[in-house]
Amino acid sequence: MSTGTEVRPGTRSGLGQSVRRPDGTPKVTGTFAFSSDLFARGMLWGRTLRSPHPAARIRSIDTSIAERMPGVASVLTARDVPGRPTYGLEHADQPVFASETVRFQGEPIAVVAAEHPELALRAVAAIEVDYEVVTPLTDAEAAIGAAPIHPDGNVFRHLHLRHGDLDAVGAVSVEGSYEVGMQDQAFLGPESGLAIPVDDGGVELFISTQWLHVDRDQVAACLGLPPERVHLTLSGIGGAFGAREDVSLQVHVCLLALRTGRPVKMLYSREESFHGHVHRHPARLWYRHHADPDGRLVKVEARIVLDGGAYASSSTAVIGNAVCFAAGPYRVPNADVDGWAVRTNNPPCGAMRGFGAVQVCFGHEAQMDRLAAALAMDPVELRLRNALAPGDELPTGQVITGTAPVREVIEAAMALEPPPLAATDPPADGTMDLPGGAGLTATRADVVRGTGLAVGFKNLMYSEGFDDASTANVRVELDHRGEPLATVHCAAAEVGQGFVTLAQQIVRSVLGVEQVALRPADTTIGSAGSTSASRQTWMSGGAVELACLAVAEALAERAGYGGGAPDEVLDLDVVELLREGPIDRTRAHHHPPTEPLDEDGQGDAHVSFAFAAHRAVVDVDPELGLVKVRHIATGQDVGRALNPQAVIGQIEGGIAQGLGLAVMEEMLLEDGRLRNPSFTDYLIPTALDMPPVTATLIEQPEPGAPFGAKGVGEPPTISSTPAIVAAIRAATGLELPRIPVRPEHIALAEA
Amino acid sequence: MSVTAGAHERIEVEVTVNGVPRAAEVPPRRLLSDFLRHDLRLTGTHVGCEHGVCGACTILLDGAPIRSCLAFAVSVHGRELTTVEGLAADDGTLHPVQAAFQDQHGLQCGYCTPGFVMSACGFLAETTEPDDDEIREGMSGNLCRCTGYAGILAAVKQAAGDLRASGADPRSQHQPEDDAFAGRPGGEHGPAGGDGGGEVPS
Ligand code: FES
Ligand code: FES
Repeated sequence: MSTGTEVRPGTRSGLGQSVRRPDGTPKVTGTFAFSSDLFARGMLWGRTLRSPHPAARIRSIDTSIAERMPGVASVLTARDVPGRPTYGLEHADQPVFASETVRFQGEPIAVVAAEHPELALRAVAAIEVDYEVVTPLTDAEAAIGAAPIHPDGNVFRHLHLRHGDLDAVGAVSVEGSYEVGMQDQAFLGPESGLAIPVDDGGVELFISTQWLHVDRDQVAACLGLPPERVHLTLSGIGGAFGAREDVSLQVHVCLLALRTGRPVKMLYSREESFHGHVHRHPARLWYRHHADPDGRLVKVEARIVLDGGAYASSSTAVIGNAVCFAAGPYRVPNADVDGWAVRTNNPPCGAMRGFGAVQVCFGHEAQMDRLAAALAMDPVELRLRNALAPGDELPTGQVITGTAPVREVIEAAMALEPPPLAATDPPADGTMDLPGGAGLTATRADVVRGTGLAVGFKNLMYSEGFDDASTANVRVELDHRGEPLATVHCAAAEVGQGFVTLAQQIVRSVLGVEQVALRPADTTIGSAGSTSASRQTWMSGGAVELACLAVAEALAERAGYGGGAPDEVLDLDVVELLREGPIDRTRAHHHPPTEPLDEDGQGDAHVSFAFAAHRAVVDVDPELGLVKVRHIATGQDVGRALNPQAVIGQIEGGIAQGLGLAVMEEMLLEDGRLRNPSFTDYLIPTALDMPPVTATLIEQPEPGAPFGAKGVGEPPTISSTPAIVAAIRAATGLELPRIPVRPEHIALAEA
Repeated sequence: MSVTAGAHERIEVEVTVNGVPRAAEVPPRRLLSDFLRHDLRLTGTHVGCEHGVCGACTILLDGAPIRSCLAFAVSVHGRELTTVEGLAADDGTLHPVQAAFQDQHGLQCGYCTPGFVMSACGFLAETTEPDDDEIREGMSGNLCRCTGYAGILAAVKQAAGDLRASGADPRSQHQPEDDAFAGRPGGEHGPAGGDGGGEVPS
């Protein structure tokens, strides 16, 4: 249960406090500069020509008409890429521009820079491309054995985890097949960036991204420039959720700026944004769970096929997670999990909040309910009986050395009373809380209620031997009034999660300096790694802490403590010591090393894990197929809540995205073509769709984690989805093997 | 409104924005959202969908909330507009709705925030004593992808109470001197993410 987080004396706005965001005032007054708000004198507008076909051969591209249009400064295609022709997060398999082969609808073919955005649009329309349309490969299962659609083949990664006795069987077994649709991150601020050529032949890019340095390296390689001639500065980001981990317009806009010698801005429309970034992998899952008669799991068998779309992006990491966490947060002595991530002509898929764990959680939690039914056992009891605990072994052979409060998160989610939902419950006719809202569609008499529980977990930070270190600089000096001022410099991307607040809190708590400024994140300092995998609090929070400790040590030395005594810094007269001049320290923070998985999927591949449980209450009108989620209760393992209000904000926001995947959100594809690239047709939850959320934070400080805190962003998105679907199953008695659950899956289901 | 005929037809639009008369010559098809953002450089009004769905572009037209991505600049000639830039007091003190979004953690990335703030101002002018369900319905026309809405709804509730106590019209610029809540802190200022204008030195 929540324990009071210790606060150092004199740190009013330190760790453990619900400190307000330093960027709150500019954001509520409209002065915060998002990347889409940037202007530079004399700038041009860039625009992308994209393939209308999911699969085609390009016979010819004619840009001559577009080039001659007055006001068009430049038209570029593949032949204008001076450096490496391809890019990619883990494997550089994606062309900057398609030149011979088109592999997905929306693949960039050319870019234009013009004096005005509408002129750029007209120039794009004037480019003539002669396509030979090819039948797209859109079935992920079929792709495994099909003729390769890329020189690197159709399988991004095949991982077959084998653990324990593969011949073991349980007295009871249940089998099921499940499917997860393609979800979009649907951040609200579309992709945008401003590139400005620099006199030394390099380029400066102001960009919304999750990871400045990996963008910088990919851009430099494609431009044929040394990385130090490409300088990136983070500009305001309108949400990310994984979709800004890959390069979108970064290379294009820099190419245009270098070619024209003028600043160039690119800004995607909402439709282009749907085509311009990676999505959550759709999944097909097959499971067989074996248990003994009293409900102890004996073996889990699974086959997982993830559709990675046309290019690799982070598919290898996503299938790695899916395989490692396929059995859920349970003790499983024997496991056989066969996972594939494959290439198709569907839109490329990569990271989205909870990647890999989200897809399999829908499968393993449906299986746990099925197993409980087969055993005539309470599903909560079945989960508690198998819950992982510290010291247990995962199916990867890794022993959990940190905290693992699985029992605690389940008990917390179940203990929370749903608040009184309404004076009348189910609600009165014509009210918003009925399925379908106040449109007088569902009537009170038709409504059935269901409750469902789901539990999930995921790794924090990067895994499988990756050293995703972070760097931070902290400088302490006296300001013009003679007051101590600390300045933090770190390249961690603030995407809305609140790292900027946390960085200030850390400085206040460690150094006791109240006044903390933040320099813009950019590439003049070392990498902070990606704002993904719930890692910035741990990794960059840890880097800021290390830099603060180094400053403290220097202060202690100045005060005459030999060998440094960082703990004493709060008692030192900092003002007096800083009269000698500023102190400036840079430190890198590495997490403990992990190892790659072997050919059987075994190894100590992960640093740490975070767990959450969700209990959903839903009302359903079975005849109309309408669902209203009425309440979510959650218990979440947070290690330690460094900013409780921000933690709750992450939990509520993550649950909203989980609810979207459960009942609303899907990129509808037909032969590789996206049918709904707009917010009119791709629905995300509104305030009326979101139920009240009650959360209990389980605070068990994680050994080895800076301040004991675990990342909190992803767990809310993992098990909220299966909890909602379990509740709909409980209300309707239907199997509902696919998400999102749509009205026709309920209303038109065979009885 | 003067019209220049021809292929590059431009029309002069005169409006009052946040109490200041503004004029510009624009093509007849210039969207009001682009007019505000590009011609007037008021980039606090955001564009998230260009379709009238997300509400990020919400402004007040003669005091009533509208989606500026669904209107042409020429169609508001002679009218009075209020954008998010026009709410805080001249001394920087936040408008009660803005202060409430800060206090209640009603924002994360903040991209949706100006639209929610303007929708809330319009809503609270119409509904001065909203209950929780009315707030939820009143805010359901705007999308937020980050927060899950709880902080936003709490902010609107706080603002409703603060505005009732002060008797101020939520659609007008905040006047701290005659407001009972002048003492509410405006939040900490920090350079994170680029406080200030959008111009990049070139
Ligand atoms: S941009 Fe106007 S409603 Fe979305
Ligand atoms: S705070 Fe990011 S969209 Fe609302």
